[in-house]
Amino acid sequence: MAKASMRERYTELTRGLAWEPTYVSHEQLYPHTRFEGIKIHDWDAWEDPFRLTVDAYAKYQSEKDKRLYAVVDSFAQGQGHLNATDARYFNSLRLFLQGVTPLEYAAHRHFAYLARHLDGPGPRFASLCQSIDELRHNQTETHAISMYNKYYDGLHNPNLMHDRVWYLSVPKSFFDDGISAGPFEFMTAISFSFEYFLTNLLFVPFMSGASFNGDLSTMSFGFSAQSDESRHMTLGLECIKFILEQDEDNVPIMQDWIDKWFWRGYRLLGLVACMQDYFLPKKVMSWKEAFELYLEQQMLEGLFPDLDYYGIRPPRHVEQAIAEKEYVSHQVFWVLYQFSHAASFTTTIPHDEEMDWMARQYPDTFNRYYRPMYLKARAMQQAGKRFFNGGLPMLCQVCQIPMGFTEIGKPALQAQRFSIHQGERYNTCSDGCQWIFEREPEKYRQAWLPVHQIYQGNCGGPTLPEVMEWYGLQPGDSGEYLDSQDAKNWELWHQPEGVS
Amino acid sequence: MAERTAGRVRQVGVDLQDTEDNRGLIEAIERDNADATLRRMPGMVKIQTHPQLTVRRSTVEEILGRPWDTNEFQLAIISISGNVAEWDEDEIVIRWEH
Repeated sequence: MAKASMRERYTELTRGLAWEPTYVSHEQLYPHTRFEGIKIHDWDAWEDPFRLTVDAYAKYQSEKDKRLYAVVDSFAQGQGHLNATDARYFNSLRLFLQGVTPLEYAAHRHFAYLARHLDGPGPRFASLCQSIDELRHNQTETHAISMYNKYYDGLHNPNLMHDRVWYLSVPKSFFDDGISAGPFEFMTAISFSFEYFLTNLLFVPFMSGASFNGDLSTMSFGFSAQSDESRHMTLGLECIKFILEQDEDNVPIMQDWIDKWFWRGYRLLGLVACMQDYFLPKKVMSWKEAFELYLEQQMLEGLFPDLDYYGIRPPRHVEQAIAEKEYVSHQVFWVLYQFSHAASFTTTIPHDEEMDWMARQYPDTFNRYYRPMYLKARAMQQAGKRFFNGGLPMLCQVCQIPMGFTEIGKPALQAQRFSIHQGERYNTCSDGCQWIFEREPEKYRQAWLPVHQIYQGNCGGPTLPEVMEWYGLQPGDSGEYLDSQDAKNWELWHQPEGVS
Repeated sequence: MAERTAGRVRQVGVDLQDTEDNRGLIEAIERDNADATLRRMPGMVKIQTHPQLTVRRSTVEEILGRPWDTNEFQLAIISISGNVAEWDEDEIVIRWEH
């Protein structure tokens, strides 16, 4: 018998294994795929371009894991952490482990739900593979970063922190928003916005930066995870096109979701922008350049002309994101800097050489708006008066980032929007977040806003030490990097040779 | 064929891990896609071309000197820009659809 082709094997092992229900109707078996208004006429029209089958999936995923664990193991054995550029770098791993790794687990759970609830066997099998991938990412990230937990602060208890700490409500609420939507909106949110647009910026230039900063372990899990993501983003794109092709009535619904989730994803990327420009001591590529390469060139100029065929236009407010590339990383850093005393990371003012690099990357904004502020903050720190903001910030009702953004193209003019819903005032940081709020006020009025929760007495108590304890933070996790135990240890471990 | 958007050629591409195994693969892509440009970044290589990028099994096998399954491409890629137009036992083709 001739060997089956990839196409035949794929057909046999996905569709060939499905069956038609006889004692219940399709609607009873798959009850969640109609209420969003999306119309699907032929589920079999969806095909996985990878033609992935369960045997090939297991074979190549196990090979990826073998390669990854070989690197992680030898890196740990060789005291690889000592080869990092600077202990400041590990703050990026804290943000990653607290902010991203728990999202992988949430994705694992929700793709398992899609693997049960989508009507077509093709997308069900693809969702099953993705669910297992996401679990793998959660595990490999935890394993790869756990070696640092022996030596550096802030890496303990990431799951508790994810559920409680203020800045982590930014990624958590993003995902909760997706999970609490219907399956088609979730696919737009996660397979499209998160996978297609966000992971490219997080896992590609940032991971290349990890390599450049001596962190082979993180680079390896990052690239290994992203090899799955490139499959996920292809599937995400396939899903979008499939839905658009199924019925013309789907187009305006999808457009709304693309608009919403573009801006949701973009605001979440503010943290990545800050990691890219500030948390990597040695720089590979600025946020602005990464944004131009992956978002403007690959997505807007590459993908969106393809979607134009279906009547989809580029996402609403995208021009605002483009304008913000000149300064968004600096605005987010300034927020994190002044609230580091209540966070599970440390920050410090960048060195002069880094500021020179930023001035070259951001010639129109850095020296004008940020360098003078940083020099003042550094002088305060050196005089023993490190600047921490003593108050609690107002948060955006949608993205949950403190309201530190400005009017578009005007980096010195604070932006604030508000909407009245049933007599209550809700604040948002931008036109994008305001538009999202006003589209679904009943959803966003329920947001778990960390600052409101502190004021309501739900976070351990009224004082900062009580809140920090409730967050699961320990001494050394927070504050100024130069005063931290990590900085002291780093210096001790890098004393001249011959000294222990 | 090369559609221009905002004055630039509409590129397709792949980002690959810069590893020993992948060097042969990268060489094969360069050979089969004459217009491909390479950008090296720490740990990775970004390959861009237009209007389509082809990975041919026969070329990869000739350079590696061993049998190569197109599924092995999954071990090499970090990211894709473009639509996977074909992925069978002989070749992988990436291009924009419309």
